[in-house]
Amino acid sequence: MSGMQDYGSRISDPNSRKMGTFSYLPQLTPEELRKQVEYIVSKGWNPAIEHTEPENMRSNYWYMWKLPMFGETDVDAIFNEIEMCKKANPGNHVRLVGYDNFKQSQGTSMVVHRADMTA
Amino acid sequence: MNQNAPGKYSAGVKEYRETYWDPNYTPKESDVLACFKITPQAGVPREEAAAAVAAESSTGTWTTVWTDLLTDLDYYKGRAYAIEDVPGDDESYYAFIAYPMGLFEEGSVVNVFTSLVGNVFGFKAVRALRLEDVRFPLWFVATCDGPPHGIQVERDKLDKYGRPFLGCTIKPKLGLSAKNYGRAVYEALRGGLDFTKDDENVNSQPFMRWRDRFEFCQEAIEKAEKETGERKGHYLNVTAPNIEEMYKRAEFAKEIGSPIIMSDYLTLGWAAQASLSRWCRDNGMLLHVHRAMHGVIDRHPKHGINFRVLAKMLRLLGGDHLHSGTVVGKLEGDRAATLGWIDLMREKYVKEDRSRGIFFDQDWGQMPGVLPVASGGIHVWHMPALVNIFGDDSCLQFGGGTLGHPWGNAAGAAANRVAVEACVKARNEGRDLEKESKDIMTEAAQHSPELKIAMETWKEIKFEFDTVDKLDVAHR
Repeated sequence: MSGMQDYGSRISDPNSRKMGTFSYLPQLTPEELRKQVEYIVSKGWNPAIEHTEPENMRSNYWYMWKLPMFGETDVDAIFNEIEMCKKANPGNHVRLVGYDNFKQSQGTSMVVHRADMTA
Repeated sequence: MNQNAPGKYSAGVKEYRETYWDPNYTPKESDVLACFKITPQAGVPREEAAAAVAAESSTGTWTTVWTDLLTDLDYYKGRAYAIEDVPGDDESYYAFIAYPMGLFEEGSVVNVFTSLVGNVFGFKAVRALRLEDVRFPLWFVATCDGPPHGIQVERDKLDKYGRPFLGCTIKPKLGLSAKNYGRAVYEALRGGLDFTKDDENVNSQPFMRWRDRFEFCQEAIEKAEKETGERKGHYLNVTAPNIEEMYKRAEFAKEIGSPIIMSDYLTLGWAAQASLSRWCRDNGMLLHVHRAMHGVIDRHPKHGINFRVLAKMLRLLGGDHLHSGTVVGKLEGDRAATLGWIDLMREKYVKEDRSRGIFFDQDWGQMPGVLPVASGGIHVWHMPALVNIFGDDSCLQFGGGTLGHPWGNAAGAAANRVAVEACVKARNEGRDLEKESKDIMTEAAQHSPELKIAMETWKEIKFEFDTVDKLDVAHR
């Protein structure tokens, strides 16, 4: 049994909370995130940024950071908006959504900034 | 002379081809079209056997009857309009048959198949008969209910985007107590899976009655949701000995807050499936569908019904998930054929493509898609191929591949979740998942001891048997 590891997930430990796609991988580096943004752009999806206080993360509706960036294909511009959203909303989780208007759904969604959590 | 005037009645047996073989016929948009693979009895000409199938699956009987002359037989009859060789097979051939819309009740899959695969399958003039594909005209599609919710609504309800869903069938199939079963569910969900699943034959046996199972599973879901912050579900199988009992179980699942239930559509029955699906739409409940018994119907290459037809049928009857084969696991499934029917389950319009076994264009109109479920003998090493084959709109289910992890279900679930996310990330970065599978998985395992152990545990397991039901291709 000595090689066996416990699975250390607890209700009492806020770090056990996961947040969708890529939340089981190490935090994406800026270079890795860049490739994911390029993927959203290459699919023709509309990027959008949303944020929330950690205690409200289970709601379907996070706060929109401005309107979705319809037709935006400039990866730097998208990065810039993520940074502005983070600065304006300290302590919030921030996620990047790619809206697929043909499927009328989100093509993808990933948390790009995870705030410290206390609950 | 009036061409529509009826002829004189003449009793006796006519050759079928005089009435039902019509090579000059151009199929109408409103026709139901079918492609049968016919293996005739010795000495029966191709056109005669094809016409016989058209007759016996529509208006014909073995002899002329006087009441034929009271109807517009020329409208109601099915017509064999084309015959083609089966590649690589000298004995059998494809017959294409067109059926007019007036033959069928609107919205009744039951009615269509009672004709198409009814008495004709026992007909003596053919030695074997297989329904390879059916083109459902748009009017028929639009009169069926279809999936209760469909893929996009499921994603929105469960808040999961940009990756395949992950599931796990709880094992052993039979014999666990409800409380121990709920434990297995809880462990798999807290480790990172989206769903766990009842096995198809878990109904309400003496060792675990349905009500106890539902309650313990729901507690497991709620605790795993609180712990992980993610939405979870367990497919509560409401397949039951009768319809009243089925509804009773479905109502209870709704009452306790389960997001999804499950049925075995072939053993439950098609009309019951259509009713349950309608109930699910009315009650906001997702519906997972298992295909137990399909192998009896679809596996023999010369007799029965190809799975692509059973898959289309389920989309029409209604279901949000359907088991589709894995291509890579322990169960039968040709790769190109599987790609063909998962398109038929998910897409709005599918073009004829013989290289994938699709014989007709199929327009689904606005009917939502069914999520294909890959389940059966798959583990983490299959993940790159599965993500490549199935894409995001799928549910990948690892039973033994979760529960068999040396550290238990939670670790097994985490290993699968890390693996699927690593594969999606790599795919989005433009990497070739199947060629680079080893590198992608090894990199991911550096950050996940659970994945590393899973990869060591299952590295030697392969299921390399030849497929029995292959696509028909020339082999000489």
